[in-house]
Amino acid sequence: MPANAQIIKDGAVVNDNWTLLADDQVDTTAITSQSIIPLALWQAEPSLQREDIGIALKNDIDLTAINDDLSNVPVIAIDFPTFMDGRGFSLARLLRERYGYTGEIRAVGHIIRDQLCSLKRCGFNSFSFNPENIQGEFDLKTMATSLADFSDAYQTSADTPTPLFRRRS
Amino acid sequence: MYKYDQYDHQILQERIAQFRGQTERFLAGDLKEEEFLPLRLQNGLYVQRLAPMLRINVPYGMVNSTQLRRLAHVARKYDKGYCHVSTRQNIQFNWPDLADVPDILAELAEVEMHATQSSGNCIRNTTSDQYAGINAEEVVDPRPYCEIIRQWSSFHPEFAFLPRKFKIAVTGSDTDRAAIQLHDIGLQVVKNENNEVGFRVLVGGGLGRTPVVGSLINEFLPEKHLLTYLDAILRTYNLLGRRDNKYKARIKILVKAMGIDAFKEKAEAEWAHIKDGPATLTDEEIARTRAFFTAPSYEQIDDSAVQAEVNALTTDNIAFGKWLTRNTFEHKVAGYAAVILSLKPTGVAPGDITDTQLDVIAELADQYSFGEARTTHEQNIVLADVKKSDLFTLWQLAKKAGFATPNIGTLTDMICCPGGDFCSLANAKSIPVAEAIQRRFDDIDYVYDIGDLDINISGCMNACGHHHIGHIGILGVDKKGEEYYQVQLGGRANEDAALGKVLGPAFGREQMTDVIDKLLNVYINNRHEDEIFVDTYSRIGLKPFKESVYAS
Ligand code: HEM
Ligand code: SF4
Repeated sequence: MPANAQIIKDGAVVNDNWTLLADDQVDTTAITSQSIIPLALWQAEPSLQREDIGIALKNDIDLTAINDDLSNVPVIAIDFPTFMDGRGFSLARLLRERYGYTGEIRAVGHIIRDQLCSLKRCGFNSFSFNPENIQGEFDLKTMATSLADFSDAYQTSADTPTPLFRRRS
Repeated sequence: MYKYDQYDHQILQERIAQFRGQTERFLAGDLKEEEFLPLRLQNGLYVQRLAPMLRINVPYGMVNSTQLRRLAHVARKYDKGYCHVSTRQNIQFNWPDLADVPDILAELAEVEMHATQSSGNCIRNTTSDQYAGINAEEVVDPRPYCEIIRQWSSFHPEFAFLPRKFKIAVTGSDTDRAAIQLHDIGLQVVKNENNEVGFRVLVGGGLGRTPVVGSLINEFLPEKHLLTYLDAILRTYNLLGRRDNKYKARIKILVKAMGIDAFKEKAEAEWAHIKDGPATLTDEEIARTRAFFTAPSYEQIDDSAVQAEVNALTTDNIAFGKWLTRNTFEHKVAGYAAVILSLKPTGVAPGDITDTQLDVIAELADQYSFGEARTTHEQNIVLADVKKSDLFTLWQLAKKAGFATPNIGTLTDMICCPGGDFCSLANAKSIPVAEAIQRRFDDIDYVYDIGDLDINISGCMNACGHHHIGHIGILGVDKKGEEYYQVQLGGRANEDAALGKVLGPAFGREQMTDVIDKLLNVYINNRHEDEIFVDTYSRIGLKPFKESVYAS
């Protein structure tokens, strides 16, 4: 059982059934059902293009270079090498808004709870925290309250396409 | 001026609650210092040499009397009774307590002010022309677009963790008082041959270690596409900007590395996908925002009659006449003028202002300028809508309060960063240099004879004092642990933006006033009639200045 056996998903704290194998050098024999594997490996092994295999994306990926159909991929994990590196926010929006991806988009790596609301607005719906990164109590339920830091927003986003100026009354 | 509705208030309240929680977690040890850092920066809180510094946004420089009084109150209650007008039109407090900051932000939110994204690697406060809406030459008032950008950039979910900070400036005239060529994005609101409003868009300008003049990316962007175009540029930058080296992380480096054509192609390919999408501005939204910036109820005034009265007063009051020539600006409405209150009297750090002075400005704004004032990037304050018949009284009151120094645009109206007295990044102090120059050149007739001259001083190459674009730029450098000053000549911030050239080896602080004196003498001996310092420099080049200054 990995340490981060629980995640925040769709606003709730749930048990996580997926194993993240993000290392490019991953041993293919380690890949079992419900593994999240590097995109290159998934592309190279058609036998892995299954309903129980997810994809891990590094955040320097050029999405326009992916020609595969990702719509049946159950989960796409986007890596945050550090919480200061905001490329993942754009990638999630592109997956949702440009490529129409409706499966699970998961933020993995180093994120902080204070980013949850923005991550959600960009299209992430699940969040995997590394307890080692957390100072103080590791309490996902309390952390999840930050998803609702803001109840409204000015801009168009993955979860609310209509910007405030078109809704203002 | 823009007025918040329930949405603006609610969103800002939620931000303050969020930051209050973050501050409490940090103080309780539940949030790591390095994780709290960007969160506090995005709420305006720096930690500098002596104490935290809190930077409050003054969106595009507009501030009303209620806000000025609240700033005065904050200066009194939470600080040491003064604050500082920055070169990006913002207000900075130098000594607040970290634990008080959420309360300060709550007090400011009541009067529709915030510190959102005034620091950090995000989209910063949008700056503009301090004479927006009142100068005759203006094509379109840029302020409604600044406000639209303020809302779009505030809490933008995608762009809060950019490679580096991002600054946008907007002007509505050909005369550029907003330095749009020196911003990450510069916008000039223009009209095309069909009288449609749009933007000339520049990208990749900036100061700092690697000063760059921005490149043209779009000659005419129709106004409705403003936000989608900004989204496309920002997204391109967010995905491709360098993150491995913070000195190479600004968009100017990306644009230079790719070349403007390739960058444009990439950004516009991105734009093609979102263009005409929901973020496209509606006529209603543009009209709604414009309605906040309509002309106040000006009186019908016979300009020549009132001008004659004003002129008559100058015969007996030479000082008033001097103040008129330097500290007022022509208004597009007959019988009105804009007045510049100088925050640069000798002996005060440029841009510093006390709580009492803020209250006085609020009073003057209420009495004489429809309750509004503006901050300028030259670190002064403007009352934009003053009746000419009030100028004499206003001058007397301004004099009493200490901001009638008739030096606007002259050599003693310097731009100066906090430097080594306050800033931990400094190589050298900057305020004492400014003060020494003011003391040395205290003969107002001499200062007037020199005329328009921008002297800009930064304490290190981060360029907070904009030394690259001063006619004379002064940069603090470190030579084996000693404070030295490098001098640059020929910078310009306006529509002819140019970066200064280094004169030669740096000088010790005690030499600086002599150096300036020699530079001015070269100018006086070489100038043609009506030629200001920087024009003479452009004509005769660096050499004569160099020879004079370094002659043994
Ligand atoms: C005392 C605390 C301050 C610190 C630690 C500080 C630090 C910095 C740093 C590190 C940069 C460079 C960032 C970069 O180029 O990427 C910078 C830029 C800048 N600062 Fe400051 N600063 C301080 C105060 C001020 C003040 C008081 C002003 C206004 C008078 C100011 C105005 C600016 C401006 C306009 C720039 C932008 C130059 C550009 O466009 O690149 N700063 N500051
Ligand atoms: S220019 Fe340098 S010394 Fe001056 S305020 Fe900026 S960082 Fe500090």
